[in-house]
Amino acid sequence: MQHEVQAEAGGTAAGLRHDWREVAAGLRAIVDSRFIVADAETMRPYECDGLPMYREMPQLVVLPGSVDEASEVLRYCHARRIPVVARGGGTGLSAGATPHKDGIVLSLSRLDRILDIDPAARSARVEPGVTNLAISEAAQAYGLYYAPDPSSQIACTIGGNVAENSGGVHCLKYGLTIHNLLEVRLLTVEGDELVVGSGGYDAAGLDLLALITGSEGLLGVVVEVTVRLLPVPPAAQLVVAAFGTSRGAGEAVSGVITEGIVPAGLEMMDNAAIRAAEDFVGAGYPVDAAALLLCELDGTPEEVASGRERVVEVFRAFGASEIRVSRSEAERQLLWKGRKAAFPAVGRIAPDYYCMDGTIPRKALADVLTAIGEMSERYGLRVANVFHAGDGNMHPLILFDANQPGDFAKAEAFGGDILELCVRHGGCITGEHGVGIEKLRQVPLQFNEAELVQLGNIKIAFDPFETLNPGKGIPILHRCQEYRALARAGRDGADG
Amino acid sequence: MADRAADLTELLIDRVRRAGERQQALAVTGNGTKHFLGRQATGEPLSVADHAGVVEYEPTELVLTVRAGTTLAEIDAVLEGSRQALGSDPPTFGGRATIGGTLAANLSGPPRPWSGSLRDHVLGVRVINGHGEHLRFGGRVMKNVAGYDVSRLMAGSYGVLGLVTEVTVRVHARAEHTTTRALKLGPDEALAAMIRFGAVHSPLCGLAWDGRTVYARFAGSAAAVDAAARELGGEAADDERFWTSIREQTHEFFGGDEPLWRFSVPPAAAPALPDARWLFDWGGAQRWLRGDYEIARLEDIARKMGGHVSLYRGGDRTGEVQHSRDAVQQRIHRALKASFDPRGILNPGRLYGWL
Ligand SMILES: Cc1cc2nc3c(=O)[nH]c(=O)nc-3n(C[C@H](O)[C@H](O)[C@H](O)COP(=O)(O)OP(=O)(O)OC[C@H]3O[C@@H](n4cnc5c(N)ncnc54)[C@H](O)[C@@H]3O)c2cc1C
Repeated sequence: MQHEVQAEAGGTAAGLRHDWREVAAGLRAIVDSRFIVADAETMRPYECDGLPMYREMPQLVVLPGSVDEASEVLRYCHARRIPVVARGGGTGLSAGATPHKDGIVLSLSRLDRILDIDPAARSARVEPGVTNLAISEAAQAYGLYYAPDPSSQIACTIGGNVAENSGGVHCLKYGLTIHNLLEVRLLTVEGDELVVGSGGYDAAGLDLLALITGSEGLLGVVVEVTVRLLPVPPAAQLVVAAFGTSRGAGEAVSGVITEGIVPAGLEMMDNAAIRAAEDFVGAGYPVDAAALLLCELDGTPEEVASGRERVVEVFRAFGASEIRVSRSEAERQLLWKGRKAAFPAVGRIAPDYYCMDGTIPRKALADVLTAIGEMSERYGLRVANVFHAGDGNMHPLILFDANQPGDFAKAEAFGGDILELCVRHGGCITGEHGVGIEKLRQVPLQFNEAELVQLGNIKIAFDPFETLNPGKGIPILHRCQEYRALARAGRDGADG
Repeated sequence: MADRAADLTELLIDRVRRAGERQQALAVTGNGTKHFLGRQATGEPLSVADHAGVVEYEPTELVLTVRAGTTLAEIDAVLEGSRQALGSDPPTFGGRATIGGTLAANLSGPPRPWSGSLRDHVLGVRVINGHGEHLRFGGRVMKNVAGYDVSRLMAGSYGVLGLVTEVTVRVHARAEHTTTRALKLGPDEALAAMIRFGAVHSPLCGLAWDGRTVYARFAGSAAAVDAAARELGGEAADDERFWTSIREQTHEFFGGDEPLWRFSVPPAAAPALPDARWLFDWGGAQRWLRGDYEIARLEDIARKMGGHVSLYRGGDRTGEVQHSRDAVQQRIHRALKASFDPRGILNPGRLYGWL
């Protein structure tokens, strides 16, 4: 079972040979052998994340049962320069958790305990494998909740959320993962514990918490997270407005924000998404509308009432053809249901879909939607748009059929064009899904060579041999080589 | 404002490059309003103050890009026209604090627990690293996870990683109405009351105790603010004056030369040193202490409370003034510093003696 480690996915593990039987035996001394997976069939579910177009089989999947075990596994792999890919729920949408073919997958799924909820400090301390939703469920008893709510919240883990700086519908008002974290315990590639953040609202020294949030498992392995909890708002109401053109809807979005209103969420669906969702859940959406806006107000009853009146006024002023305001909690839930089920709903109208994630200034929404419509015709692939309009985070879903040869390549090219379009309009290539492998090619649209070198050097400051999730996030440049050699020399000196 | 607009990028790059060639340490400053903060600066002064002016302001996007030397007063004047403001309400030091210095120190005013800090609102930066390369990170949009978040890393970095030349921030609509209520309470009851007020959703935007009285501030629509104030009880208090005195540290608590310590802790942490002089802000999460103490002793206390402490003003500024970092944290700090500034010319020793 000799395998040669290839250089192509980056990392300097290149050229090292490992006897994987020996490695497995070594790891069995650390982790219960039931949790060292080496057979292809059991490893199969780990071969991809939520972007199944990218697949790779690892050599081993290791599921540590404690932080100490995870640390020992890292120490073992570091000594042998074995690539390690951390994995949470595997719901990522950028191939960030795709295994390395000459490395191991380190699954944090067994570390799934809620360690502590402190209602007075309004915080929860949890292990990395706890799902996003489980935190809010546990906090509910105290009238508290964890605000960031990715649509994947039943399955994605808080460790993955930290790694991706995930967002959700309510991030418009309550911020992304980074805005709701207090403290994170990481393991460095060497297996050492690194605490970033603190129990207060800031930390001493450099803001390493900001740096590791959204770092896609390239800088360390998250093993404990303390999140901030918020009091559940006593009231919430949803305003749903239909528009005859997506331009009208796009302008209304800007209108709301410019008014100084801070909705809890402001989402947009285009006609394709409205129809798919209505077919699927029957939320009562107007299927002829070109675009639908869903605007939620939350807070005290007085806050909700004044916000709702102003939102309705803005929507009218921007030419909404129909406005519906939820009058009960049941109606609010029903109206949301269509939006929440939009991805699976779109999944029913095409064999496959490919979800993009660019962010743009709100003022460009209408132009970008129009341009995507034109590209859709040119590529001969349908698109449905359902997204976080309030913060300009687009999620065009490109419909395709993976069984048609060449269809995915076409979808990928189309997706790449969309990302370029976002950057041209002053936006970015990823708002919340991360670069992973998927968007490596587009990264240079946003960063020049010197910037990429600086990013590469940050990586090396944490992981001098680049064995943590190699080949993801930041394209590797030759100019990093020089600093890499220096950093390693410094590190080896310090270690020895 | 217009006459202060000047682009000195080339000059600043040149200064950093030449300092690098000469291995000359630089002490980067704005208007010098925070000289008292951090460790004593060594090195050749390099002021960013004249690199000022608005690069782009789009009120409808709620996004502002300014050169780093732009002062908070200048920024306020620009934002006021659209009834917008920096959400974190940072101390302005008489309006003279620059945005670059404010970001480097990551100082926030009383609304921070509810509004977020400048670190939370920064969307992008341009920064000159120790090689003299002018780099751009982040952007002008609300959500951006491409590359590491270097913009937020600059917040609170005291300029040890790079010279920030330009900052893009998300700005906020000014509150329609604000109102403040006051309740006279001792330290234990004050903290208990603050925990109670924070436990339910309300339009809170300030919660502080000055040693005698708890002040609670609400912001939002008139109806929402009035309802919350009624519910809280207490007495009506002068709304603007108290909060300005806390933000700008002109409140009598901050007078005199005694060392001023800053504790950043979980809001509900049990009170320590009961006989000492304290002022609580941020609903109990930022606590100010006056007096002569050994930093090591206060670190122990802060650690037990779940947070950290720093010597904010006064005392010995040649020793360490920030909460210490363990061996692994120090290793990463040093490696990061080397990745931005391998020759160690940017503000060496300003954050920690060993950095
Ligand atoms: C239907 C659907 C809807 C979605 N909706 C949203 C949405 O609304 N908003 C949003 O932001 N995202 C969304 N996502 C994307 C995805 O759910 C998030 O990126 C999520 O945070 C991934 O978490 P995970 O636990 O599944 O991570 P994984 O997919 O397992 O891993 C993601 C990345 O994080 C790294 N990682 C995982 N755990 C750790 C750890 N403990 N330490 C270090 N690195 C780690 C991995 O190496 C990988 O790079 C959606 C995905 C799907 C399938």
